[in-house]
Amino acid sequence: MTSKMKRQLFKIIFSFLFMVISLILKIEPDIYSKILFVIAYLIVGYDIVMKAFRNILKGKVFDENFLMTIATLGAFAIGEFEEAVAVMLFYQVGELFQSYAVDKSRKSVASLMDIRPDYANVYREEKTERVDPEDVNIGEVILIKPGEKIPLDGKVVEGESLLNTLALTGEAVPRRVSIGDEVLSGCLNQDGTLKIQVEKQFEESTVSKILDLVENASSRKSKSENFISKFAKYYTPIVVIIAVFLAFLPPLIIQDAIFSDWLYRALSFLVVSCPCALVISIPLSFFGGIGAASKMGILIKGSNYLEALANTEIIVCDKTGTLTEGVFKVQKVIPIGCSEKELLKYAAMAESYSLHPISISLREAYDKDINEKLVTKTKEISGKGVFAKVDGKEVLVGNEKLMDDEKIKFTRSEELGTVVYVAVDKKFCGSILISDKIKEDSYTATKEFKKNHVEKVVMLTGDHENISKSVAEKLNLDEYHAELLPQDKVSWVEKLMTQKSASGKLIFVGDGINDAPVLALSDIGVAMGGLGSDAAIEAADVVIMTDQPSKIVDAIMLSKKTMRIVKQNIIFAILIKIAVLILSAFGIATMWAAVFADVGVSILAILNALRILRVKNWIKR
Amino acid sequence: MKRYKFKISGLDCASCANELEESLKKIDIIQNVTINFMTEKLIFECFEEEKEEALENIRRVIKKEEPDVEIKEV
Repeated sequence: MTSKMKRQLFKIIFSFLFMVISLILKIEPDIYSKILFVIAYLIVGYDIVMKAFRNILKGKVFDENFLMTIATLGAFAIGEFEEAVAVMLFYQVGELFQSYAVDKSRKSVASLMDIRPDYANVYREEKTERVDPEDVNIGEVILIKPGEKIPLDGKVVEGESLLNTLALTGEAVPRRVSIGDEVLSGCLNQDGTLKIQVEKQFEESTVSKILDLVENASSRKSKSENFISKFAKYYTPIVVIIAVFLAFLPPLIIQDAIFSDWLYRALSFLVVSCPCALVISIPLSFFGGIGAASKMGILIKGSNYLEALANTEIIVCDKTGTLTEGVFKVQKVIPIGCSEKELLKYAAMAESYSLHPISISLREAYDKDINEKLVTKTKEISGKGVFAKVDGKEVLVGNEKLMDDEKIKFTRSEELGTVVYVAVDKKFCGSILISDKIKEDSYTATKEFKKNHVEKVVMLTGDHENISKSVAEKLNLDEYHAELLPQDKVSWVEKLMTQKSASGKLIFVGDGINDAPVLALSDIGVAMGGLGSDAAIEAADVVIMTDQPSKIVDAIMLSKKTMRIVKQNIIFAILIKIAVLILSAFGIATMWAAVFADVGVSILAILNALRILRVKNWIKR
Repeated sequence: MKRYKFKISGLDCASCANELEESLKKIDIIQNVTINFMTEKLIFECFEEEKEEALENIRRVIKKEEPDVEIKEV
């Protein structure tokens, strides 16, 4: 509790005591008891009355303070002392609870993103010094002990350890790092001591960028927020005007109508007309939603995007790096007349001088040191492959064309992907299949898309038709379009944008590097594997820190959950308010009910909104 | 146009935040004004050379509408 809240609490308690004393003692003559009520009122309502007067001078008549002041002073005027105090008292209790809840949710969202490092241990003049991360310069070496947060981005120069990226990515599996590895600020060092050479200033470090993004996430407001603020703008004046009519018209028109009765009803109207209860729960819900998302490693740049995600109709995905791992790997080795190991050895050695991704993947699969002295007369045959003398044997590694050209009889492989054929001394030895692998997570994700009422999942890729087709079939996608140039992707997204319904949204998911135009064009641009990529964080509306497409499902589910709560709150608040208005117009509801319709409703709405923060309880797959 | 971020504290309720935002939107030289009640942020855009003038205007409006509210650059 802040000191302001504590003061407020004291006032409430004192005021309540005075009220109770007055009620119990029933001091005679009546005037003493009334004085006690006035004291109780002033203790708890003085601030409000003062603010109200200040605001009238400025012409702000529909302000909450003013409405409460008129309502309670009116109650005094018609002799309802007890009620005047009670209304003010409960209004203040509600306000106190409200600020407590807001404060609490601010703090719990902040703790969800508790990644800000407090200090850095920097080596200066052969000693370590504990300084503010902002005071560390590029090139300095910092020491990170087990259990400490990495304060700045850099490179490991000494030590080895497991890093926990949970706070950044929502991903629980730790990552092993050793000398030469890049490390990102915000990760938790688990078991070893590391020395890191700093490569970025604190403001440029990953942790600062993420915090900045989360803290400014709600800079764009959602439709629901705009709706409710517009609603509040008309609602309050209308109710106040009706209240005025209610106070003065019936006594003039209806015979035997007692003015004070109708005034009482009108005063209840003023209490119900306060707009705050309606307004507060909506930004609070979105705030909670965005906070919960960051906890899962999903950064959402505005409540408008969180709102839009719930209406996802079409998901357009990039292939390489999004649905597939984006890394070429040897998937299959089919030797003929030799062992798998031998086949790989010849291929890897012949390709040992090349930096082509295919060659790299061959060497990775072989996974042994290559004695380069054994490889001679290496010759690249452009567009076809490589010739080399390995250990005195003539080795050819390449595609079908190479085999045809050299007139080598070989078995054509029907596998999808890149097939490398190997011949030793003009004799075919087998083939090796190298391809990009579909992420395990993509299978889960595409299945879950359908469960969440996504109508269409489309893959756009620059890759070959046959490979794309196989990926699309394996993942059960609705559509795919292959062999596209970047500008073709734009026109496909344009075309797909016309296929959705008026309220439906199109999401584009890519790695965020070459997709800037499509990310901007789609309703929601999602960049994957955002950890460490500034370009992705910059270009997208939603950044997924890990490279799991299933996080999109989480984001959609979270969005739906948030929207359900937002709708519940809007409907609940408006219904209760209208019900109480009608009941008080007929003199059935008392001012007590009116106070409930104001602060009671807002408290319930806030409690409802806070449910979003309990992510763990509902994300289960 | 440059984007400026301020911490805005002392706002009592979400509705007051919206009203203040409305009033700030009437200042000509600043654009895309948002007040986020939850994160306590005031964000606006203006030309760099007009920043001081913009701030003066913002402070004037705040003083008139919500005298308890304070802003601080972040």
